[in-house]
Amino acid sequence: MSRFRTFPKGGIHPQDYKEATCNKEIQNASLSSIAVVPLSQHIGAPCECLVKKGDLVEEEQVIGKAGGFVSANIHSPVPGEVKEIKKIFLPNGIAVDAVVIEMQGEFKRLGKETTPADWNSMSNEEIAAKISEMGIVGQGGATFPTHVKLSLPKGKVCETFIINAVECEPYLTSDHRVMLEKADEVLEGIKIVQRLLNPGKTVIGIEANKMDAVEHLQSLISTKGYDMEVMPLEVKYPQGAEKNLIKAVTGKEVPSGQLPLEVGVINANVGTCLSIYEAVVFSKPVIERIVTVSGGAIKNPSNLKARVGTSFRTLIEDCGGFSEEPVKVIAGGPMMGFTVYDLDTPVTKGTSGILALTAKEIKAAKPTACLSCGRCISACPMGLNPTKIYKYVDFNMSDEAAAAGLMDCVECGSCSFMCPAHIPLVQGFRGGKKVIRKNSMKKAGK
Amino acid sequence: MKDKLVISSSPQFHHPQSTASIMWTVSACLLPAGIWGIYIFGLRSLLVLAAAIISAVATEALLNKIKGENTIADGSAFLTGLLIGFNMPPAVPLYVVVVASFFAIAVVKWTFGGLGGNWMNPALAGRVFVFFSWTGGMTTWTLPRVPGADAVTGPTPLGSIKVGLSSITEGINGPLDLLAAEGVPVTYTDLFLGRVPGSIGEVSALLLIVGGLYLLIRKIANWEIVVSYLGSFALLVWLFGGFRYGQGLFAGDVLFHLFSGGLMLGALFMATDMVTSPLTSKGMLIYGVGCGFMTYLLRFFGSVPEGVSLAIIFMNIFVPLINRAFQPEKFGLVKEEEASK
Repeated sequence: MSRFRTFPKGGIHPQDYKEATCNKEIQNASLSSIAVVPLSQHIGAPCECLVKKGDLVEEEQVIGKAGGFVSANIHSPVPGEVKEIKKIFLPNGIAVDAVVIEMQGEFKRLGKETTPADWNSMSNEEIAAKISEMGIVGQGGATFPTHVKLSLPKGKVCETFIINAVECEPYLTSDHRVMLEKADEVLEGIKIVQRLLNPGKTVIGIEANKMDAVEHLQSLISTKGYDMEVMPLEVKYPQGAEKNLIKAVTGKEVPSGQLPLEVGVINANVGTCLSIYEAVVFSKPVIERIVTVSGGAIKNPSNLKARVGTSFRTLIEDCGGFSEEPVKVIAGGPMMGFTVYDLDTPVTKGTSGILALTAKEIKAAKPTACLSCGRCISACPMGLNPTKIYKYVDFNMSDEAAAAGLMDCVECGSCSFMCPAHIPLVQGFRGGKKVIRKNSMKKAGK
Repeated sequence: MKDKLVISSSPQFHHPQSTASIMWTVSACLLPAGIWGIYIFGLRSLLVLAAAIISAVATEALLNKIKGENTIADGSAFLTGLLIGFNMPPAVPLYVVVVASFFAIAVVKWTFGGLGGNWMNPALAGRVFVFFSWTGGMTTWTLPRVPGADAVTGPTPLGSIKVGLSSITEGINGPLDLLAAEGVPVTYTDLFLGRVPGSIGEVSALLLIVGGLYLLIRKIANWEIVVSYLGSFALLVWLFGGFRYGQGLFAGDVLFHLFSGGLMLGALFMATDMVTSPLTSKGMLIYGVGCGFMTYLLRFFGSVPEGVSLAIIFMNIFVPLINRAFQPEKFGLVKEEEASK
C-alpha cells in the first residue's frame, strides 16, 4: 500500500520513461521562418479568421477571433506577412484552416522587458476579460477554453479548486519542469483563479514521482502563507483524468454524464495557471508553451519552450534530430496522444509533447481473439467492462453498448494498453460513440 | 519519412505481454516439471509429451488450413498439447494421447471458434475424454525409476488410498499410515519433490510451484484463483478430511492432499487458464472456491481417485454465469441512483 491517496478503481502502471527529460531545464526552441497557425486549437467553435493573404501582422496580434462563447482567440506567434490561408490536418485528424505567416519585421515583446501589472487592483470582471481575450485554453491536452470553465453558473459554488499537476502520461515532463522553474508564477496564477472562484479549498495534485516539485511548492506556499495545499498522489495512470483526480483528491465521484461542478469541483492544469498569470499580469496571449520532446528515436530529449505554429520538425532538430528512424511520431503522450504523418505539423496550444518512438518502445503485435483474461476490466478507471462493450460495438449493437456504459469511457487507453490480445478497444469505442451520437441526433431530429 | 510513419489510434504503446508471449511463458514455466517427469519416469514420457504436442499442433494446423488463418505462432496449441502430455500416465498407449489432443483442439477449441471461444479447458477436456474411453490405459502408472531396474507399474498414492479405505482397520491415522500399511510407504518429501507414481507433469509439486509463482508474479496467473482454490480445498480437507480415519473435525492431512495428485498442476496452470476462468476479481474468487469444493467432493466421495480435472471442468461451465453475476461497478453510478431517488 502506498502512503499516498489515489483513485480506487482500475488504473495501470506503464513504464514512464520520464527520466529522459525530467532533469532537463526548459530551453528556448528555435523559431521556424514559417509559422503555421491553425484557427482551431481548442474544443468548441473554430475561430473566425481576421486576416487575409498579404496582410502584415504583429507579434501577439489577434488573427482568429473566438467563434462563440466556447471558443478562444488565436494570436499571431510571430510578426510577419500572411502568405496564405490553407487547410491542414491537425494530429487528431480534423481538417482546419491555418494561417501561414512568414516571419519578418520586429517583435513587439520578444527580447524586451515588460512591466507587470498589479492584478490585485483589477476587478474580477477585468481579470475574466483578460483570460478570455488572451485565448487561454486548458493545457493538459483537452484544450477546453478556460474562461468558460472559470465562469461559475448561477447558484453553483466551487468547493474545491484542484490544480492538475499529475502529468500521468509517460514521457511528458513539461508540467514537472514548469513547477520547478516557474513555481512563483504558477502560484500567483492560482491566486488569481482563487479570486475568481472563491473556492473553499485549493489543492494541487501531484504524483509522487515528482517529489522535488511537491517539496518546492510546499516550501514556497508556507513561506508566502498562501491558502492552498499540495497533495502528493500515488503514481497511477490515468490519475490526471479529471474524474479520477477528483475522486483521488476529494473522494467524490462525479456522476455519470455530468460535470465536475456537480460535486463542487473545478479543475485546471498547472500550465494553464501559468498562462493565466502571464495573461493577467503581462497581457500576454498564449503564443507559446512548454513541450517535452522525447522518445527513443530522439537524440537529445529536451523540454522546449516553443511558439505556436512552429513545426514539429524544427523542435526535433533542436533536439539533435533522430538517432534512429522512428516508427511513430506522436503529438501528446503515448496513452492519449495522436500520431502525425507529417513533421510539418505545427505546435498548438495543446501540444504537451512530441514523441518519436521506436518499435522497441511501441511493442505492437497482431491482434488475436479475446482471451477473456479480464485485464481490461481491472484496468478500467471508470469501472466498465471493455471486452463486453467492444463486442457490442463490433456487432453494431449501439443501444446495448450505451447501456453498458460506452459513453462513460474516457478513452484513457488503459484497457487497450493491457490487452494481451492487442485488440484496439479504444479505437472501437471511439467509433461506437460516434454511431451513438449520430443516432441520438437523428432521433432528436424526428 | 512521410510515408513511413505509422498512424494509429491511441494508446500508442503497449504493455510488454501479448497472447503469444503469455502462451510461451506458461509453456516455459511448465518445462522444469516436465523435465522432472521425463527424468523420473524414463524416456517413454518424452515420447508421450512429443506425441501430445505434435498432434495438437498438427490438428491446429489442419483446422487453420480450413479456416484460412495461421494461429500456430500464438503458442496456444503447443501449450494445450503440452498440458495434455502432462496429464498422461507415462505408459499410456500413444494413440490415446493423439486422440486426446485431437479432441481437445478440434472438438473443444475449434467447434467454438478457436482460441478464446471455448468454454471448457481443452487440455482437461481431452484428458477426461480419453480417461473415460480408455480407463485401463489411463490408470496404469509407472513407478518412479529405481536405478538398474526396469519400469514397473503400481498405483498412485491417491489410488492406493481409494482402495485401502474400503478395508480400513483400527489404528490407521491418516493417509500416510494407510499407505504404509498397504506396503507403499510415501513421505511428504516424496510427494513434494515428485518421487511418486502419477501423470508425467503432475508429480513434482516443488517445480510446479516454482513455475506457478513466476506466472503469479508476472500476473499471467491470477492469485485470486490460486489462493481461493488451494485455500478452500485445504480448509475442507483440514475440517473434514479426518472423518474417514475415524478422527473428528480439524484432523485432515492437508499437506498430503495439497501435494498429491494433479492439484498443483490444476490450480496453478489449468484453473487459471484465462479463456475459461471468470473476468473479475470477485468472480475469480467464487470460481476458485468452487474448484476447491468440487475437488474435495470428488476426491473424498467420487468413484475415481482424482478430482481436479472434473472439478475444473465443472466450474468452467459456471463461468458465463459467474461473469454475469459479477460485473464491475461503474464509476459514478451509485451517486446517480441516489440522485434519482
